[in-house]
Amino acid sequence: MILAVPGGMAARSWALASGSDHGVDTALAGGRNDGGARMALEQELAALMAAAQGGDAAAYRALLKACLPVVSAIARTQGVRGEAVDDVVQDALMTVHRARASYDPARPFMPWLRAITQRRAIDRLRHAGRRPREVNDPLAYEAEVDPGPAPGQGLEARDRAAALARAVAALPDGQRQAVEHLGLRELSLDETAALTGRSKGALKVNLHRALKALRASLTQERE
Amino acid sequence: MPGEGSNWAGVDLSRHERLVEELAGRLEPVRRLPAPEARAALWLGATLGVGLILAAWNGTGGFMLRMHVPDLAFAAIGAVLTAIAAAFAAFATSVPGRSSRWALLPLPPLVLWIGASGLGCLREWIAPGADIPGAHAVSGCFSFLICVSVPLSVLIVVMLRRACPLRPNLTAALGGLAVAAAAAALLMPVHPHDATATDLLIHAAAVTLVIAANGLAGGRLLGRQVGTG
Repeated sequence: MILAVPGGMAARSWALASGSDHGVDTALAGGRNDGGARMALEQELAALMAAAQGGDAAAYRALLKACLPVVSAIARTQGVRGEAVDDVVQDALMTVHRARASYDPARPFMPWLRAITQRRAIDRLRHAGRRPREVNDPLAYEAEVDPGPAPGQGLEARDRAAALARAVAALPDGQRQAVEHLGLRELSLDETAALTGRSKGALKVNLHRALKALRASLTQERE
Repeated sequence: MPGEGSNWAGVDLSRHERLVEELAGRLEPVRRLPAPEARAALWLGATLGVGLILAAWNGTGGFMLRMHVPDLAFAAIGAVLTAIAAAFAAFATSVPGRSSRWALLPLPPLVLWIGASGLGCLREWIAPGADIPGAHAVSGCFSFLICVSVPLSVLIVVMLRRACPLRPNLTAALGGLAVAAAAAALLMPVHPHDATATDLLIHAAAVTLVIAANGLAGGRLLGRQVGTG
């Protein structure tokens, strides 16, 4: 009996949901052997489903939890957005439950799950399409924001933070302390003066020079 | 990193966790469905049983004689192959993950069946004086087709419902085609006439009726049953 989702299964589920998207696969499978990981996960899921057909609730729970990220990723690939993704996940899980007798463990699990999820996503999109909507609104169309995380979101912010940290580290000691305490930690002049043993006037001058130097070095880096 | 934390792209986890717990809580062992091929064979076996009973009842002498006429023989072969292919396609499309292209499988035998039946009409023009069924016999054929179709339809819908047809209308239409073709094939041994235009029209009407009834009712019967199982 399998009692828990093996570590990393959720992460690998993401790679599977993406289908032929090798970018995601390589990112998640460490760039090597993603075909092997895919096969291993397929077999794991097929074994869990076979156990669930036999009434093993723990295996079933593990299977459904492993399916959650896959199902939501497939739904998003189908074009479902926002809260509707959650509705598709719920519909798909209930269909998986109802259709569990139709799964044949000799066949791969993913096409079975993908077919169910895609159909439920299409149902949801059709349902949404039947509600009256304003279609001739180019501005709203342009301004429509996908509330989900954009691909690579966070990477840019991390790059910016790293560049700033590098630029600050490259400053002379006095200027660096002024930026760190006054600019980044937002201490007052008095507190910084007490902490560093420098006069308030020197700190002001240092901060001014440091900001000027940072502006120059960051502008240069961006170019 | 997706999958590492507790939040996958804004997925509402607590709601899904609750559903997972609920579904796992009411999990019962299920008997795995046999492969679609096996289930189609079962249904075709039942149909064959009906055919054997009809043959024993009516005798096969006239049928054998008519099978010497090429277009009647081809129509019979076409109907039988259509029934087999459509039944298999219906059961294949009722299982998630099987390609919906299986739905194309019955098309070639369907062309043979319709084409050969159509040739029968031409023969009526070329060789007038053939045995033309009167109005009474025609209504007899029509009610035979409907009477045979109803139990076969009920059986195939019950069997298809046990799987999970994700495209219920397609599956139901294929089931209807299988039933209509099987009923037409079963009619051939009992049919006392050569094919004629009237005959073909009646056939076409009955076949369309059976397919449409299966498509309309079956689509609903096979449709979303989420939450009931």
